[in-house]
Amino acid sequence: MTSTLPSPAYPLEKAQLDNGLRVVLAPDTTAPVVAVAVHYDVGFRSEPEGRTGFAHLFEHMMFQGSEHVGKAEHPKYVQAAGGIFNGSTHPDHTDYYELLPAGALELALFLEADRMRAPKITRENLDNQIAVVQEEIRVNVMNRPYGGFPWITLPPVAFDTFPNAHNGYGDFSELEAASLDDAEDFFEKFYAPGNAVLTIAGDFTVDDATKLVERYFGDIAARAVPIRRSFAEPVRAQERRSELVDKLAPRPALAIGYRVPDPDTDLPAFLAHFLLTDVLTTGDASRLERRLVQDDRSVIGVSSYLGTFGDPFDQRDPLLLTIEARHAAESPADGIVAAIDEELERIATDGLADGELSRVRARVASGLLREADDALGRALALGAFELHRGRPQMLNELPAMLSEVTGDTVAAAAAALRAQGRSVLELKAGASS
Amino acid sequence: MTTTTQRASLIPAVRPTVPAQLPTVVERTLPNGLRVLVVARSSVPLVELRLRIPFTGLGADYAARTELLAETLFTGTAKRDRVQIATAVQALGGSLSTGVDADRLAVVGSALATNLDPLLGILAEVLTEASYPDDEFGGERDRVVEDATMALSQPGVIAREALLGRMFPGHPYGSVVAEPAVLAGVSVDAVRDLHAARISPRGAILTLVGDVEPAAALDAVEAALGGWSGGESEAMPPVPALTTGPILIVNRPGAVQTNIRLGGGALDRRDPGYPAQRLANTIFGGYFSSRLVDNIREDKGYTYSPRSSVDNYLAGSRFTVAADVATDVTGPALLEILYELGRMAVLAPSSEELEAARQYSVGTMALGSATAAGLASTLSGLAGAGIGVEYLRDHPAALTKVTAEEVLAVAARLLAPTRLIAVLVGDAEKITGAVAALGPVTAVVDGSAGS
Repeated sequence: MTSTLPSPAYPLEKAQLDNGLRVVLAPDTTAPVVAVAVHYDVGFRSEPEGRTGFAHLFEHMMFQGSEHVGKAEHPKYVQAAGGIFNGSTHPDHTDYYELLPAGALELALFLEADRMRAPKITRENLDNQIAVVQEEIRVNVMNRPYGGFPWITLPPVAFDTFPNAHNGYGDFSELEAASLDDAEDFFEKFYAPGNAVLTIAGDFTVDDATKLVERYFGDIAARAVPIRRSFAEPVRAQERRSELVDKLAPRPALAIGYRVPDPDTDLPAFLAHFLLTDVLTTGDASRLERRLVQDDRSVIGVSSYLGTFGDPFDQRDPLLLTIEARHAAESPADGIVAAIDEELERIATDGLADGELSRVRARVASGLLREADDALGRALALGAFELHRGRPQMLNELPAMLSEVTGDTVAAAAAALRAQGRSVLELKAGASS
Repeated sequence: MTTTTQRASLIPAVRPTVPAQLPTVVERTLPNGLRVLVVARSSVPLVELRLRIPFTGLGADYAARTELLAETLFTGTAKRDRVQIATAVQALGGSLSTGVDADRLAVVGSALATNLDPLLGILAEVLTEASYPDDEFGGERDRVVEDATMALSQPGVIAREALLGRMFPGHPYGSVVAEPAVLAGVSVDAVRDLHAARISPRGAILTLVGDVEPAAALDAVEAALGGWSGGESEAMPPVPALTTGPILIVNRPGAVQTNIRLGGGALDRRDPGYPAQRLANTIFGGYFSSRLVDNIREDKGYTYSPRSSVDNYLAGSRFTVAADVATDVTGPALLEILYELGRMAVLAPSSEELEAARQYSVGTMALGSATAAGLASTLSGLAGAGIGVEYLRDHPAALTKVTAEEVLAVAARLLAPTRLIAVLVGDAEKITGAVAALGPVTAVVDGSAGS
């Protein structure tokens, strides 16, 4: 059964500069704002052994100055133009972005080009940002309950190889060992224009933007583009379990990781897993909310998602579908896992209920429209689709693709989760209350 | 400064951006008192919904009842159970969720625009016929108690509770997270009574933004919600005068960071000094280019995201400063924060600082209303404070006129360290010595939630 879902229809233009930089333009005059995003094809899965956390540290260094821009001036130029900015490091890419009033497009392109050409990295700034990143890790991981659970702690249970298993935030001693040579090598290898995608979304004309892009990025010298490594690992047949004690947590928690199909080679099956996460845990009518929260009352909250940070489309294979729950000490993890198994079996065997798939799809489609209404959300999605799939138009096509997912393929996705050796991580509460 | 001049010539100038047209708000007040605002915006085929109901009340027990009401409002009506409600909303491509604070109960939602009528129908059913089934309520109450327990183990929450408790003793603004023990004692009948008394259209405001025709949307709201009725809301008591005093240290043994928080009063949005206050906050710590970030992050590396903000509540606005710093630099970090606050209070900002803060404030206001969801939230928040859409035009205009002397004057009144309350959550044994060198410290209290 297919149904017609409303889909966005943003006009798109793709181009490539002589130096290899891929460019995606998405003009839209709804509001006088413009978003600029640069995605580099390197994330923490690519950082060298002995330098955990380096991809993220390097992201910080990209704000520390470049050929014509002084330390910490990049944020000042953007903000003094009325804009906002940030960057973020993912498993397979690092993005940098600005959202500004439309008249500041040229400034943003200048700033991104200047640091793509040559960030200026000094020992003093590197030491400063190592300290800042350590505070970031303390605030997000070490000084709070459930810090890093499960995005840092589940991968070493689910994976065996360094790229997939290691902590992307990094080990303090390895961060402190970072050198200027490391930074130079990393930039030289991974920040070539041919390894990046520039996306502009919002209020501009294609002619103007094309000229500006050529003016600022055109003379950045082409460099060798690294051969993309495979991070493939076999899907295990045997379950693997692990546990940790969180000294600050007042209640236990549980994370289960399952491997999902490679979105590059089997997108329909991957999308079935995507919709399965909504069937399982989105809203009061979802399967696990009903079973675990409303009926068994065994968990305080449950969620499920694809990808390390919950964005199904910003990562390549291998990646996980994660089910996460926090629960009272009186309801042990084994019972919760068994109930999840039963619910997956039920979907695998009986399929979905009448209307279940269409309501889940309707909600997912309107969520995608909502994210795309924001020029920055649009630019980030387009850039990631171009970088990882070579198809920025997936932003417009996704609702139609989701319309083609059937109840049978969602049931098959549930069966595939049951058939494999999942990874179970239990967090034991180390704090009383 | 040749380098600066050369560099400046390379930096592309920012072209003035023509501001977006002020959204056209079509408004109707229904005979039952519900005020309805509609803006047509067709960028995406969705409609955004924001309902605010005045929800002021006194006491920890009242706050716990409001929290449980918000969490169980959608668990059943005379016609449908919890799963049937959720199923119906999802089928509209929709969502409806609730949130509550000391000022208001909010229902936030969206749906495919063609489904506005059924979305309003479900909303009306819940507002007028919510039944709070006994078993659903019991289960949710247990869950909310656990949720509150987990929230109170977060150092950021511990710090906020401690600061608000000192700023607003005995006032509804003095706490955000209800005590688990108080939550556990709330009965389902108390929540049903609260619903009957306070889920009322009088003083409530419904804001719709999206791909709708305003007159038809107003008629649809009147058809769905015209029969809703209820009593008067309570008035919020005035906030107590701020009593400054010694630095409070909340002990969290073994903490690897200290959560530093400072807070004080602030002017509200209708005060003629508000635009200057906004720029004073921005220059001090309201954005990445601020003095606070420059000093304790980019220069000294003490912290990841230091910040300050002005937050507006109905009975009074507030100014707060937050920085989570490594335990061993707690004293030095607090010293720099106090120094930067003092500098704001006794010296006028430079013209470059003022101009950057002004452009940032004007620009980001426009970014915030560039999406249907952002515009709906902005308009709903303004309307709740009795402020109209013209604020989106008048406030930027006022910002362009603020002088450095006005920023200094407002900072001297509101950002001076002597006007602020300070709370630190951290390892008292390790930090008290250095902190006491900077000012008197009160008796340390135990905040080691869970350990």
